[in-house]
Amino acid sequence: MKALAIIFSNIHNETIDELTRKRTTASIPFGGRYRLIDFSLSNLVNAGVDNVGILVQKNYQSLMDHLGSGKDWDLSRKNGGLVIFPHPNNYRNDDLYASRLSALISIKGFIESQMEENVILTDSDSANLIDFNDVLAMHKQKGADITIVYRHGICEKDLEGHMNFVLDDNQRIIDAHLKAKVGSPTNACLNIFVLQRRLLQGLLEEAIAQGMESFHRDLIFNNIKSLKIYGYEYQGVYLHINSMENYFKDNMALLNEEVRNALFGDKNHRIYTKVRDSAPTRYGALAKVENSFIADGCDIEGTVINSILFRGVKVGRGTVIKNSILMQDTITLDNVKLNYVITDKNVTIRSRNNLAGCEKIPFYLGKNTMI
Amino acid sequence: MYSQKKCIAMLLAGGQGSRLFALTNKIAKPAVSFGAKYRIIDFTLSNCVNSNIDTVGVLTQYQPLILNEYIGNGQPWDLDRTFGGVHILPPYQAKTGSQWYKGTANAIYQNLSFIENYNPEHVLVLSGDHIYKMDYNMMLNEHLKTNADCTIAVLEVPLEEASRFGIMNTDANNRILEFEEKPANPKSNLASMGIYIFKKEKLFKYLIEDDKDPTSQNDFGKNIIPKMLKDGQKMQAYPFRGYWKDVGTIQSLWEANQDLIGEEPAFDIYNPFWKIYSRNIGIEPQYISPSASLSNSLVTDGAKIEGTVINSIIGSSVEVKKGAIVKDSVIFANTIIGENAVIEYSIIDENVKIGAFAKIGKPKADQVKIAVVGRNVTIGDHVTILDGANIEEDVKNEGKEE
Repeated sequence: MKALAIIFSNIHNETIDELTRKRTTASIPFGGRYRLIDFSLSNLVNAGVDNVGILVQKNYQSLMDHLGSGKDWDLSRKNGGLVIFPHPNNYRNDDLYASRLSALISIKGFIESQMEENVILTDSDSANLIDFNDVLAMHKQKGADITIVYRHGICEKDLEGHMNFVLDDNQRIIDAHLKAKVGSPTNACLNIFVLQRRLLQGLLEEAIAQGMESFHRDLIFNNIKSLKIYGYEYQGVYLHINSMENYFKDNMALLNEEVRNALFGDKNHRIYTKVRDSAPTRYGALAKVENSFIADGCDIEGTVINSILFRGVKVGRGTVIKNSILMQDTITLDNVKLNYVITDKNVTIRSRNNLAGCEKIPFYLGKNTMI
Repeated sequence: MYSQKKCIAMLLAGGQGSRLFALTNKIAKPAVSFGAKYRIIDFTLSNCVNSNIDTVGVLTQYQPLILNEYIGNGQPWDLDRTFGGVHILPPYQAKTGSQWYKGTANAIYQNLSFIENYNPEHVLVLSGDHIYKMDYNMMLNEHLKTNADCTIAVLEVPLEEASRFGIMNTDANNRILEFEEKPANPKSNLASMGIYIFKKEKLFKYLIEDDKDPTSQNDFGKNIIPKMLKDGQKMQAYPFRGYWKDVGTIQSLWEANQDLIGEEPAFDIYNPFWKIYSRNIGIEPQYISPSASLSNSLVTDGAKIEGTVINSIIGSSVEVKKGAIVKDSVIFANTIIGENAVIEYSIIDENVKIGAFAKIGKPKADQVKIAVVGRNVTIGDHVTILDGANIEEDVKNEGKEE
């Protein structure tokens, strides 16, 4: 279905500081060969949405490098396609709520000039398989002003700070809270909104006129009575990444067959990413690999157990890698031992190093580190 | 001037490749899978791009659909250009009638106007069925330096094998004195690699003359090159050192795949400055399960390995189920190897289903031949396929367990 999509790429930067020191949340590497934004973009493209604007504030070199012209997502188009909006200089980077709204205000002209009837606003901080056609269909069928995707369940730590809703039997949102309590059942907002483009324009004009600051509070919460706001429950796989702990947990979740099948099993719903033309992965004569998710371009001579290897990782002879995530082009030489380690891009670990973290606090090595 | 090309490439991809039997039943030889994630033509196309040749005409004839779709607009090889890029050139209907490509020379003859369109000074003629990495620019430089009318890339082969190739006899300056197609008593060991650079005018002249000769077989090796030599044109040999393999037979295709693995692989595809490009679709990384065992193998995206893989090449989205053993084999994309099946010394094409407990091929040894299973074939449970077999149709279990 045709719609205009706007992706927020920086929203949760500060909660996962190590990984976003040199990149946006949207370009956090995930699952061997992906960046988080690949999931949003693929969901959109698979639903037939081909006009996508991406709002970026800071640290966006890695995101720009990843996206290129958008052709790997089939978004290099004459009409629509991919548009990237770096922030104008009058941003207030420190205030999250204000930035979501002011980010939208800064591209008001773009939103006005588009032709699509509906707008999808989405964060890019999770791996999920939301069917936007289904969301748009419900939006239309209910005659909703705004449709918000939520997740029902016991609130876990990752959704603690998210808005949550009270719904009536007809899925209409009748009340909302700005924060949820861990352990209690909630309908947590996934920060995915569908609304009419004209309505968004009107809301933005109102926000400018009245000096509003918060998207959630001023545009959603304060309009619950006056607008028809509906909730769309998303029940599928949702790997939310907003801390180092759940970054580790969610990557490891891919070793589970059910999760893997849910994310990648549907051959008609592929997850696209930047093509790197890596050669296939080579396993040496002494390689020993168990329960691992491995991208192309790796060269494995040692042992790899319960781990995620990104593209171009080298595992030397006698090296044992357990419970670890090695990002793109990590090189481990001979007789290295790693347990609960996350290495960022281009990390080199020389021979006979022995590094270990633990499940709750994996040992993290920053980009381009050499040990 | 941007719109005039110094050198464009014409890639011959129309051959049937009948010596690959079941593998080329439904697809042209250049589109046959290779090295887990590639197709044979990727190597030639990547060579072109890596050598800064940005205009390539691909001459197709036999079963071109998969090849056409694969090449598409050339984007994976960076050959989607405003002026130039990759173009598929099938035979077409003309006012004077329509005819199939009668030979390699005739295929190019029928597309002279395509070449004319770019007005190049030189034309590079390539085959789409060789595995190698070569900088055509260095060959072009040599061609320009010697001011040759035609430069032919040659490879030193062992003298005892020389009688299988077209052999060039050259002088000290690499000028070709004589050309012999598959000589019984070869005088040199410089074999033609089927890679030619012609001055455009000379190429046009000889192709037009060749077309008028009713006795000609319209072939570069058999007609054009001997004719040019006879006329005393300046023909130079360009010696190439490096890996090169014609993958025209089952045996050589298997060997070339095996050359990618081992302690010191004979053929290196990991050079970041000479990438081999291929059409990638969004496939997730490979998953190696706790029950898997892998040794000396090449595995690519989407594969799910639960069994044992030894000395093998595993294509994308291949599943090797529990207890299955794949040894000394090449498995193309999307094939499923059932539980406890044993595959030895075989080539299994795309989209094949091998049933549980099936046995394909025999352990590799002298006298044992490679077993081949063609695309889209289903092999039933407990079925045994002998070595040297060429399976093109489904094989059902006849109810007897061996």
